[in-house]
Amino acid sequence: MSFSANPHAQAFWQHAQEGRIIFARCCADHCGAPQFPPKPRCDVCDGDRLEMRQATGTGTIFSITVVHRPPSDALRQYAPYGIALVDLDEGFRMMAHADPRLTIGARVRATFVPFGDRTVPRFVADQKP
Amino acid sequence: MAYIAGVGTTRFGQHPGSTTSGLMADAARLAMEDAGLARRDIDGVLCGYATTMPHIMLATVFAESFGLRPAYAHAMQAGGATGVAMAMLASILVDSGRCKAVLIVGAENRASGQTRDQSIQTLAQAGHPDYEVPYGATIPAYYGLLAARYMHQFGLTQEDLASLAVVMRRHAARHPEAHLREPFTFEQAMASKPIALPLRLLDCCPISDGGVAMVITRDPTNATRVKVRGAGQAHLHQHISMARDWADMGARRAADLAFAEARMGLKDIQHLAVYDSFTITLAMLLEEIGFIARGKSGEAARAGRFEIGGDMPLNLHGGLLSFGHCGVGGGMAHLVEAQRQLSGRAGDRQAGAPTTAYVHGDGGVMSSHVAMILERV
Repeated sequence: MSFSANPHAQAFWQHAQEGRIIFARCCADHCGAPQFPPKPRCDVCDGDRLEMRQATGTGTIFSITVVHRPPSDALRQYAPYGIALVDLDEGFRMMAHADPRLTIGARVRATFVPFGDRTVPRFVADQKP
Repeated sequence: MAYIAGVGTTRFGQHPGSTTSGLMADAARLAMEDAGLARRDIDGVLCGYATTMPHIMLATVFAESFGLRPAYAHAMQAGGATGVAMAMLASILVDSGRCKAVLIVGAENRASGQTRDQSIQTLAQAGHPDYEVPYGATIPAYYGLLAARYMHQFGLTQEDLASLAVVMRRHAARHPEAHLREPFTFEQAMASKPIALPLRLLDCCPISDGGVAMVITRDPTNATRVKVRGAGQAHLHQHISMARDWADMGARRAADLAFAEARMGLKDIQHLAVYDSFTITLAMLLEEIGFIARGKSGEAARAGRFEIGGDMPLNLHGGLLSFGHCGVGGGMAHLVEAQRQLSGRAGDRQAGAPTTAYVHGDGGVMSSHVAMILERV
């Protein structure tokens, strides 16, 4: 797995490997803004105290594309695959894999699947009521 | 205000054996001849990056090999917006008195200088290295996400996108230097192979070899009198997952700054040259800037508004979608076509005698916007 030198990214993908999505939340009084990807300072209030939280993994599809032409030989076996922007219930947006049959507005939950050099979150329809 | 005194384009397409340096020199020579200037007249050089020739100081490398000794030179990087951004800086340089004649160059053997996979992987790096690229995302995938959401939000359809593709190809058929000139039907566009749905092959620009150059001067150097009347930029995000308001990607903001500087409005524009890496790019830019109502770009294309005889002639060289895309030069070809149209030199493609044109460049994933307004004086 070719990991980034960015410690936040290292932590994100390590958690994904173990089936979790993590994000940052600002600890400043009266802020509490979620932030993804995590950065050293809060985007909203510029506070420098952020804590890592685990997301519930449920959210809504904001947009979705189905990739038929992957960028490399190593990824051709997975095509076609869905890539979505998902609005997580905790209030942040992330890119992830998704079931290609999903449409915008669908309620989804995260699963975790092998893809290329790592395990990635893949959103599927949330069957729960 | 600065003049676009000379322009030059090489043929776009697959040119095995071509080099980035060679294409830069070919385009530069043509632009200088067009401007009627010699090497000693050029005192500024700006050039775009080249993915097949990465270098920390490409402008100086080019100046040395081409035989220039400018008083001002560096390369620039703003993705697909680089060309219009270079023209903007060149006009600032001549307006300020810093330079008299700035040569701007964008060229690359992007098609033959690397494999298709290499090109796709390099370009995908416009995405976030940690939170987007690892998902096997590509530039078409980022724009596929834009397309799906935009179509959902504003009612644009697959048919609308195909209509834009058909028009760009029809335009390119009239340009001897275009990469893709064989016309296709609406049905062929709709049935072309899926790339990153909803985007299909004919919604995507090709990867080309090619070069484009321009000379921007303080004073006229020949009979053409095309002035830069206004320019503006906006940069609201880099990565598509970070874009906050999808109805405000920055295109309108950049255009507003350009219009304010030019003391003009949308209604004063007679000719359009708008970045079109994908059909959705073109629709989103036209609609956000306000030339076309939201969701109505396809309808406008079918009504003939973007044709030579239409009320809004658009990308008459064929745009990135069919003239081709060699990187920085691809985004400069729009400027060149606008200059040729304004100076009445577009031959078979000439659309009347326009006096004003609007040009727009987009870098990344609707990330960097540079708008420019030209006028024949």
